[in-house]
Amino acid sequence: MTTILPLRLEDVSVLRKGKRLLGPVSMTLSEGGLTIIVGPNGSGKTTLLKVMHGVERVSAGRVRWAVPDEQAQHHQSYVFQTPIMLRRSVADNLRYPLQLRKTPRDTVETCVADWASRIGLQDLLKLSATRLSGGEKQRLALARALIRRPEVLFLDEPCANLDGASTRDIERLLEEAQQAGTRIIMTTHDLGQAKRLATDAIFMLHGCIKEAAPAEAFFDAPQTSELQAFFRGDIIA
Amino acid sequence: MSDIFEGLSAAFWLVVTLDPELLQISLRSLQVSLTALVIACAIALPFGTFLAIRRFRYRRLAISVLNALMGLPPVVVGLIVYILLSRSGPFGVLGLLFTPTAMVIAQVIIITPLIASITHQAMRELWAEYHDLLISLNTSAAQRIRTLIWDGRRNLLTAALAGFGRGIGEVGAIMIVGGNIDNATRVLTTAIALETGKGDFALALALGFVLIALAIGVNICIHWLSRTEREGRW
Ligand SMILES: Nc1ncnc2c1ncn2[C@@H]1O[C@H](COP(=O)(O)OP(=O)(O)O)[C@@H](O)[C@H]1O
Ligand SMILES: [Mg+2]
Repeated sequence: MTTILPLRLEDVSVLRKGKRLLGPVSMTLSEGGLTIIVGPNGSGKTTLLKVMHGVERVSAGRVRWAVPDEQAQHHQSYVFQTPIMLRRSVADNLRYPLQLRKTPRDTVETCVADWASRIGLQDLLKLSATRLSGGEKQRLALARALIRRPEVLFLDEPCANLDGASTRDIERLLEEAQQAGTRIIMTTHDLGQAKRLATDAIFMLHGCIKEAAPAEAFFDAPQTSELQAFFRGDIIA
Repeated sequence: MSDIFEGLSAAFWLVVTLDPELLQISLRSLQVSLTALVIACAIALPFGTFLAIRRFRYRRLAISVLNALMGLPPVVVGLIVYILLSRSGPFGVLGLLFTPTAMVIAQVIIITPLIASITHQAMRELWAEYHDLLISLNTSAAQRIRTLIWDGRRNLLTAALAGFGRGIGEVGAIMIVGGNIDNATRVLTTAIALETGKGDFALALALGFVLIALAIGVNICIHWLSRTEREGRW
């Protein structure tokens, strides 16, 4: 199987209304692992994720996958910070990405049943997705992203607003996906979660990557004073 | 008060005896308004959805014009259609004045902006909600429109019902272009106006009750049809 990775960002900047939201950022995302992006609010984490996924227009620089964009697009999924539920049943939400690809009907039904039980919603298949609780919505959004077996999965604060049990559910699903070979890139505010999941990590500040390292070095021996301050919980100007 | 009771009992007898004239007038009302509704929906639903998801140069202008058209007084619409269809007007040769077709044309003009405007409003909200997801899933334009229309079908139904309600209850325009001709263009609203003018309040009220029943009946029918989905999904 050809892979869409590595992903290379070359001097990427995003400017909106004369304001620099991101960049210049250069980085390479290679195969394998789970990358965590941390940083204060407004530091550009979401913008960076969206740039990688190709849904945020870049003002300068290049975003290059190992394959043409259209093909790369086919093998990625994105879970938004606030889960977007289609106004349909839980089952129809799971079906939707497969139906877009004209997947055969029995394959669709097998996948839907499989994923519904993995996220513990097998008894709520007929319920309107908009009626689910926050944790259930987030699990459904994650399953809907994984059901196409993406090679790369982006998640924006998947556990913001979730309690401990729901967070554990999400982390378990992410670990399973990672073991199944999905490359995961996610942002989080939860440093404990970052340490539990990361194989490598990125620290963002003012729209730039301030520090990037394998997880162990990142958490145990931060190099920049800003990251040290961030870990201490100081407010970074 | 006695007028109302008389009206009620008159309405009751007219309905249970299936009074042929009442039947004819009611069916014509339904026929004109439902035809106008189908045509208006065919124009307004796709147009309203298109306005909601496509950015183009004169979009704002189109929306303003649409909202202005929604406030057009029906009588003025009737007058303009009358002038266009009258013997000396540009479409005079078609001989449509004082026919049900003329009434349908007037109603289409009156309800299309209303339906398109409600559709636009509803679809804009839904599009704002779905935008990021549909972009991320790499959907084609056709897939987006289909998804929005399907998931917004309840709102579209509301838009259609609002249009129907406005159409079937309208009197000014169809009086002008239809002429309220017995056995040809008389509908419930124009008949009510006529009977009230003649002082036959009981019959006018009877017709009024039938009109209300029709409007409510169509509402219930359409809602019931849309309920073919399983309970609990919404
Ligand atoms: N479309 C936009 N126009 C102007 N500013 C924006 C836009 N989108 C985001 N921003 C701003 O960009 C900055 C970075 O945002 P974001 O990437 O969401 O940060 P984070 O996810 O790290 O909190 C924020 O200051 C935000 O207010
Ligand atoms: Mg963010």
